[in-house]
Amino acid sequence: MITFERVTKIYPGSDEPAIDNVSFEVPEGEICVVIGPSGCCKTTLMRMINRLIPITSGIISIKGQNVAKMDVIELRRGIGYAIQQIGLFPHMTVYDNIATVPRLLKWDKKRIAARVDELLSLAGLEPDIFRFRYPRELSGGQAQRIGVVRALATDPPVMLMDEPFGAIDPINREVLQDEFLKIQAKVKKTIIFVTHDIHEAIKMGDKIALLEAGRLVQYDTPENLLVHPKNRFVKDFVGADRALKRLDLLKVKDAMMQNPVHCHMDDDAEVIAKHMKENQLTFLLVTDQNEKLKGYVNFYELKDHLGKVRDLVKPMTITVKPEQNLKEALSKMLSYDIGIVVAVDDDSRLKGVLNTRTLLSVVGDTYDERGGVWGKITQQGSISS
Amino acid sequence: MIDEVKPAGVGERMWMWIGIAVAFAGGAFVQQMGFFDFVRNNPGEIWKLLLEHIYLVGVSSAIAISIGVPTGILLTRGFMRRYRDGILNILGISQTVPSLAVIALSMTYIGIGPNTAIFALVIYGLLPIIRNSVAGLAGVDPVILDAGRGMGMNSRQLLFKVELPNAMYIILTGIRTSTVINVGTAAMSFLVGGGGLGDLIFTGIAMVDPAYMLAGAIPTACLAIFMNWAFGRVEKWIVSPGLVYH
Repeated sequence: MITFERVTKIYPGSDEPAIDNVSFEVPEGEICVVIGPSGCCKTTLMRMINRLIPITSGIISIKGQNVAKMDVIELRRGIGYAIQQIGLFPHMTVYDNIATVPRLLKWDKKRIAARVDELLSLAGLEPDIFRFRYPRELSGGQAQRIGVVRALATDPPVMLMDEPFGAIDPINREVLQDEFLKIQAKVKKTIIFVTHDIHEAIKMGDKIALLEAGRLVQYDTPENLLVHPKNRFVKDFVGADRALKRLDLLKVKDAMMQNPVHCHMDDDAEVIAKHMKENQLTFLLVTDQNEKLKGYVNFYELKDHLGKVRDLVKPMTITVKPEQNLKEALSKMLSYDIGIVVAVDDDSRLKGVLNTRTLLSVVGDTYDERGGVWGKITQQGSISS
Repeated sequence: MIDEVKPAGVGERMWMWIGIAVAFAGGAFVQQMGFFDFVRNNPGEIWKLLLEHIYLVGVSSAIAISIGVPTGILLTRGFMRRYRDGILNILGISQTVPSLAVIALSMTYIGIGPNTAIFALVIYGLLPIIRNSVAGLAGVDPVILDAGRGMGMNSRQLLFKVELPNAMYIILTGIRTSTVINVGTAAMSFLVGGGGLGDLIFTGIAMVDPAYMLAGAIPTACLAIFMNWAFGRVEKWIVSPGLVYH
């Protein structure tokens, strides 16, 4: 969708190229995060796409069309543009701000009004309250949301975002990131997203382009960037805790043992106790006929009981969801001091079991300094490489 | 302790009374000078000169605005940026020439009559307008310019939709200053045969007749105050409430 071919930028009066022979391609519908230490010219890279900064040599193309050959005004109107300092026009209401590009494109009034309301709702802001406010009457978070939806106003296929969540506090930033990812899952824009925050990059990016002094050091998925850093610089940049950062990326379902052993409420206690003894199990999960988790039984109580399993079931209160990331799961296990946690879906159906050993092996074993092996967890919970 | 707490508005009321007292004293004073008798006896004359004065101010300010604001815009465009400071310096120096000298100088070239006066007033009124236009436009947050450009505004749209509305308050302040000063300076156009209320003032001075002089000075002052007030209204009307100036 967006292609960089041997793109170089040399600012007048400078010998060193600001962008040095950069080539990569961003597939349609993906977020490409451009990241690097400050002064690595990541913003320059982004601003060359809509020609706010002229390119020295090389070709940038969108959908196979060389941007240098397009009409610059039309090019820019077709690209959503959101910046760190938000850049809402202070003399215009929220409505006028969002309506800017639609008006430039001569949309009719009704269509603009409908679109503004739609976008405000998308941003989680009540249109009747916010439509005619001025930017100075907004909080930082609200302004930032409007900055982002303004860029979405004409539903452009491509968006350029320069630290769009940079100006707000970490908590609100997390919220906005989550909301934005939800919106992106629906709208599927091709996005160039500039940031200096590696956490944000890992969270938001389908691909990450890591720049150092104008050179593209590594262009890869967040996963690969963490597991296979290309060199010392990348390794240092993603941080010594890159193993922990992967906990953010991986989901419980990636590391859990699926189809764990369990029994049903109406099983005979005696039979189950025997089975547990044979298999050296001290605890066993209990479900009902619909595979909904009911709790667990303990061998020492079960062994002398004559009757059904249901009489001895203890409820299981601490569970995780398969879609949660491993960081949250691990945090739960640490705070409740448990070595094992059960994964259930939204209908509390039993999905799998996660224990610290498998969790650590997923994250840890792949981080061999000599190169690392990234294995897949099999259905049985063992690791194959 | 509670006694010391003054009810809100006491200060305002105090100023109102002082104002009324001053007005009375002033009224009594100008009455003493024969001002009211003069006005009663010569309403047509004062009215005619007031209209001349308004004409001088109106025409010269209109010309100064229509030259000054575009010049200010021009000076902030990219290609003019390096000449900007030089040009502003030259204009700044020219402003230090006394207004009387400007009027005298223009008379040596154009001769006498209202056009000479208007020419001098335009020259003298230009600087605050140009300087404020430049300051206003140069002071627009570069971030919103970048946003506008990135959204695909061409330079004309950027100027009219972003730059001017945001610079408007400062530009209007310049216009206001220029016009109010202009009202005072226009009194001197009498000296080059331009007419206006200066006629009464200078004649009054020459004849040592306070009534005559005040009949020119008081309407001039009122006109200046009125212009100031009127521009305040215009400002409120034109400048976006999204900008935090008022």
